[in-house]
Amino acid sequence: MLLINRNLITLSRTVYIGHKEPPPGAEAYIPQRYPDNRIVSSKYTFWNFIPKNLFEQFRRIANFYFLVIFLVQLIIDTPTSPVTSGLPLFFVITVTAIKQGYEDWLRHKADCSINECPVDVVQQGKVVRTQSHKLRVGDIVVVREDETFPCDLILLSSSRHDGTCYVTTASLDGESSHKTYYAVPDTMAFRTEQEVDSLHATIECEQPQPDLYKFVGRINIYKDKEEPVARPLGAENMLLRGATLKNTQRIYGTVAVYTGMETKMALNYQSKSQKRSAVEKSMNAFLIVYLCILISKAVINTVLKYAWQWSPDRDEPWYNHRTENERQRHVVIRAFTDFLAFMVLFNYIIPVSMYVTVEMQKFLGSYFITWDEEMFDEELGEGAQVNTSDLNEELGQVEYVFTDKTGTLTENNMEFIECCVDGNVYIPHAICNGQILSAASSIDMIDSSPGGYRRDLFFRALCLCHTVQVKEEETVDGIKRGIHQGRPTSFYISSSPDEVALVEGMKRLGYTYLRLKDNYMEILNKDDEIERFELLHVLNFDSVRRRMSVIVRSSSGEYLLFCKGADSSIFPRVVSGKVEQVKARVEQNAVEGLRTLCVAYRRLTQSEYEEACHHLTEAKLALQDREQRLAQAYDIIERDFVLLGATAVEDRLQEKAADTIESLHKAGMKVWVLTGDKMETAAATCYASKLFRRSTQILELTKKRTEEQSLHDVLFELNRTVLRQHCRPIYNRLSVDCLDFGLIIDGATLSAILKPNQERAGTGNYREIFLEICRNCSAVLCCRMAPLQKAQIVKLIKASKEHPITLAIGDGANDVSMILEAHVGIGIMGKEGRQAARNSDYAIPKFKHLKKMLLVHGHYYYIRIAELVQYFFYKNVCFIFPQFLYQFFCGFSQQPLYDTAYLTLYNISFTSLPILLYSLVEQHVTMETLKRDPSLYRDIAKNSLLRWPVFLYWTCLGVFDAVIFFFGAYFLFDNTTFTSNGQMFGNWTFGTLVFTVLVFTVTLKLALDTHHWTWINHFVIWGSLLFYVIFSLLWGGIIWPFLNYQRMYYVFMQMLSSGPAWLSIILLITVSLLPDVIKKVLCRTMCPTATERAQV
Amino acid sequence: MMASSYNAKDEDGHITVSGPGGGGTLRGKKPENTAFKQQRLPAWQPILTAGTVLPAFFIIGLIFIPIGIGLYVTSNNIKEFEIDYTGVDMSSPCFNCSQNFSWNSTRPCTCTVPFYLEQPYESNVFMYYGLSNFYQNHRRYVKSRDDSQLNGNVDSLKEPSKECEPYAKHDGKPIAPCGAIANSMFNDTLELFYNDPNGTRVQIPLTNTGIAWWTDKHVKFRNPGGDSSNITASFQGTSKPVNWRKPVYELDTAADNNGFINEDFIVWMRTAALPTFRKLYRIINKTSSMVPTLPRGNYTLEVVYNYPVRSFEGRKRMILSTISWMGGKNPFLGIAYITVGSVCFFLGVVLLIIHHKCGNRSNSADISN
Repeated sequence: MLLINRNLITLSRTVYIGHKEPPPGAEAYIPQRYPDNRIVSSKYTFWNFIPKNLFEQFRRIANFYFLVIFLVQLIIDTPTSPVTSGLPLFFVITVTAIKQGYEDWLRHKADCSINECPVDVVQQGKVVRTQSHKLRVGDIVVVREDETFPCDLILLSSSRHDGTCYVTTASLDGESSHKTYYAVPDTMAFRTEQEVDSLHATIECEQPQPDLYKFVGRINIYKDKEEPVARPLGAENMLLRGATLKNTQRIYGTVAVYTGMETKMALNYQSKSQKRSAVEKSMNAFLIVYLCILISKAVINTVLKYAWQWSPDRDEPWYNHRTENERQRHVVIRAFTDFLAFMVLFNYIIPVSMYVTVEMQKFLGSYFITWDEEMFDEELGEGAQVNTSDLNEELGQVEYVFTDKTGTLTENNMEFIECCVDGNVYIPHAICNGQILSAASSIDMIDSSPGGYRRDLFFRALCLCHTVQVKEEETVDGIKRGIHQGRPTSFYISSSPDEVALVEGMKRLGYTYLRLKDNYMEILNKDDEIERFELLHVLNFDSVRRRMSVIVRSSSGEYLLFCKGADSSIFPRVVSGKVEQVKARVEQNAVEGLRTLCVAYRRLTQSEYEEACHHLTEAKLALQDREQRLAQAYDIIERDFVLLGATAVEDRLQEKAADTIESLHKAGMKVWVLTGDKMETAAATCYASKLFRRSTQILELTKKRTEEQSLHDVLFELNRTVLRQHCRPIYNRLSVDCLDFGLIIDGATLSAILKPNQERAGTGNYREIFLEICRNCSAVLCCRMAPLQKAQIVKLIKASKEHPITLAIGDGANDVSMILEAHVGIGIMGKEGRQAARNSDYAIPKFKHLKKMLLVHGHYYYIRIAELVQYFFYKNVCFIFPQFLYQFFCGFSQQPLYDTAYLTLYNISFTSLPILLYSLVEQHVTMETLKRDPSLYRDIAKNSLLRWPVFLYWTCLGVFDAVIFFFGAYFLFDNTTFTSNGQMFGNWTFGTLVFTVLVFTVTLKLALDTHHWTWINHFVIWGSLLFYVIFSLLWGGIIWPFLNYQRMYYVFMQMLSSGPAWLSIILLITVSLLPDVIKKVLCRTMCPTATERAQV
Repeated sequence: MMASSYNAKDEDGHITVSGPGGGGTLRGKKPENTAFKQQRLPAWQPILTAGTVLPAFFIIGLIFIPIGIGLYVTSNNIKEFEIDYTGVDMSSPCFNCSQNFSWNSTRPCTCTVPFYLEQPYESNVFMYYGLSNFYQNHRRYVKSRDDSQLNGNVDSLKEPSKECEPYAKHDGKPIAPCGAIANSMFNDTLELFYNDPNGTRVQIPLTNTGIAWWTDKHVKFRNPGGDSSNITASFQGTSKPVNWRKPVYELDTAADNNGFINEDFIVWMRTAALPTFRKLYRIINKTSSMVPTLPRGNYTLEVVYNYPVRSFEGRKRMILSTISWMGGKNPFLGIAYITVGSVCFFLGVVLLIIHHKCGNRSNSADISN
């Protein structure tokens, strides 16, 4: 006992309710320190913003690089001035800091609004209103209906007599049904603040942990001079932060146990980490390659320089002496300085403007998402939201889609569709009139007299066989609102939305369940008469039996057993009824994705009833194996049914959900559904949303199955099945015929698979086998998932050896962790609060918008940014490589080929706007084509436009063009006169000629790549060329007073006045563009991609 | 193919669902339906297919080949004569001068180089000097000048920019013009004589103006005192560049070609792009339409050999050239044009073949799909 106590102290916390000290002698009172109830999601504070932000920015390899270059320019004598790199760097850092600061400010504001929301606390027997963040562990909190719990609480008493309360945890785990929580028995009688305040008790419980469904603790209640009474506390006593109180006026005296960042909700949030897109990763890889190129260029040049100037007549010919200072410097220092000077000279190969352009492209480009009218939802009055613009292009790279079910795939709105009694189908049409329409379908009608009776019995059965509660209220904004003439508004509440839908459906068919009063269920039948049935027993639903029953006594004294359940569990127990017709209908409905239930009844004689009663009470009183004995009792009672009919309920899929999933499949994405919901429900949705097809072979990996076989065997067997049937990947898009697999796995099995186990290290890793199975399944359904498990799954796939790009989409707070974990997180602005949307990277109103988001926007962003990145590297190779070649002809003296103005402005203005515009508005294929043909998405899968061969092609093209520019100019310039008046040109004209060819070539190269010429494109492309010309005329047209050199004076004009210069420019541009054009045409003609086919 | 298509269309995915009483008030947030915001601006959507590129190739071929031929013919019609007078060989007339060079010698060394022109030069003839292995484009060299001093700025004249180091000051006095470029100005004197078949030696008149860019001479380069007559006074207190034999204000006798605006000086100050370069030295103007400017025959080049190039294995040349509308002799441009034109034409043919073969194939594939 002592030992256990000690363990409890170290591994648990003790909470003193109302901060009252325990009576002396119990245990030493050690006040523990707990965090306050503040939620912090922001990254910076006012004080650490500047250092932390600067640190994070310079952690970016590019920023750090530019900083180094800038410092080098400051320190040594370099060919270019430090302003050329310092100014852009300063600009970039400032803009980014402002952007990030603004975003963090928004987060602060959001946190504030949560932390400052009012909370009622009992203090000294009075209710005091305070702010959420001031709550402390041990406070007694009062929560009213529809309020959200401000922290994790233990229920002490409720306004309901039985000490229960109803709670919806929709925003936590996505289940919108009401769950019942229980007050501690000793305190449930408290009704007033004073009573609650008089309580003297402590709670011992475990330290915070993220599992939502687990809580272990005990409460010690001290009464006057008695030994404390200890009561166990479980998850059923624990109200979680984020859940909402429903259908209970108020609950009293709940005690805060976990607060602030220690609540289970907060623990289920994952820390925000910066998401990097695949494009950014390739960009960084390319950057490193270029950095290597740059360094090797500098090293080569330095080495060659010293080799070349070995002879002093080359080093210092009589016409070109060093200064005395330089001469005295040590040769190693000189060599190092030279190396740095070369670095500075070639540093433009990695332009700072690329990062600015990418940032601008992402920031501005994301506006097209928010502007998109098609993604605007009139009902919500909101369009798509972009929370991070860093991931736009990642939308075009998604391989795995992890979607929540409730509220994401479905409307979270059950609807009764039809029922079938003995083969007659009834469809409630309008809500109010209650008319019954017999479907004129192929089902043959049977004579009406027995049908009429059976039909009424069927409706009564559905009105009675359920656990729905009725809540009456005047005006509620609830979703389910039942209106009956002359009665106050009432609506149904149940832990199962299906039941609500069924009872409501019955109401529309004329039978209204009114209430349960004193164990009598009241029904208003279609003749407006009230029928009363005495409820004798409820045989609760469980997922093994998959049915539930009630035993009632009608007003005429008959004992009736009504049972409803899954077809598979009803049909074997049926002895009579129109089994064939009903079965046919049930199957048809199931195929349509409706959730079907069969209804049967059995008339019990008095003796049968008594026997059943006996069985049930015996089982209920059993102390051991109660569950098992109850099951046996149910099994005995539920038999010899007469089949009445079947119902069909639809958890309405969101509009176009199936179409969207089908498109995603066609686009080559694997769709996984992760839900906290039951397997049956989830599977039905999957069928309805075409995630599973009729042809899909379902593999089950559930607890039920692993209980029969060992996990090991199941896994290996499934793997064998999958591999045996595994059809080789077919590139043809029409491979749908090939047998595909769907996997269903539940949370318990998943955690068993993921559990690291040293014992079976030899038998191979389950994780790998599981991944192997998943890889061969076109669709996977994971049910009964805890929020963190969802994130685990995403993490598992992310870390698998192909490193696929994942996307998570969900609408509730339970999806937040997976939204944060996935490469791209998308929130649906759903009914279950805004947490998902807030924590997501993108928020959309409806699931169907995902299609346009990925297939159109994602595709566009990807090709845009891919071109942007490749083009940037290309144009800078073109820019810098001639300069490198020039070093061979100027004695490796770091002489720049181009004027400083050209060096600075090349990336900033001459060639920046066309590519920025391209990366904003390019549409290589029309939007309609992209939507029509989702398989085009496969063309860009796996970062295909930024792979190494493509990168190599662009670089080679750049080098080729650079060689053409330089040697073209070299041979044309070599030793000849260019003018018709015999005068000669100098080195600046040479550089300007190369530069002119360069600007025109790279701009025209982009023009050749542009497939979508709007007037803006024309304006910007021709405008920037014109700007170059005008700038050059101006730059060379005046003696600039503030400059200490006038080297460019009239150079450009002199060049233009010479005929051969024009001819050479035209020639060199043509030659430079030729290979790319040929490559494009040949590729298109010989082996066109799907995209290219779609372009024609 | 190159069809302009206007993308205005009705959208199938567009649904208008009115929420229960909510839509009206929130409609203000609805994004604007403008062509730009919906990415539906009318656009021309060209696609580079064999069909569209083919004509372009043929057109380029057809344009480039005649241009190339024209350029080539023009270039061939240009007469150019080049003679190396460095004096590396023992046999060379300038050998002695090149061997005995010293900076301090007061007596100029002269040498005479005879040559024969096989063709008469009809139009204006341009006389160049050429240097090889002379790195005028070395960074230390290129920046070693003070443009504001050359532009006549008096302050810069007194205090040359530190870029001119180590050629900024001499004996405490500022050097004018400062810098390595100016210091190393080419100072050989070249004179040309025509040896008449009857034995007389006729000196050919050489014009030393019009050899520099007009803008350089009139805007970029200015003497410190402006156009004041006393150019010597304006350079008072400055020192001549170390290697020069005479100060800058004694470069020429003519006032408009003296000091910083001396055209030989300006030409030299325009640094060459490559280590082997030529610079315009003099112009031989055509005097009468009847007689060729330089008739066929024997000539003598008289060189006052001042400029040492042997130390860095340089070469000195004298070039005589006529000029056409496209400048001096440059066969490369013409050949390049002809080559590119032919390649384009050839590619056009190849593409035509491929287009016919593959075009049919892909068409049939499309149909089968």
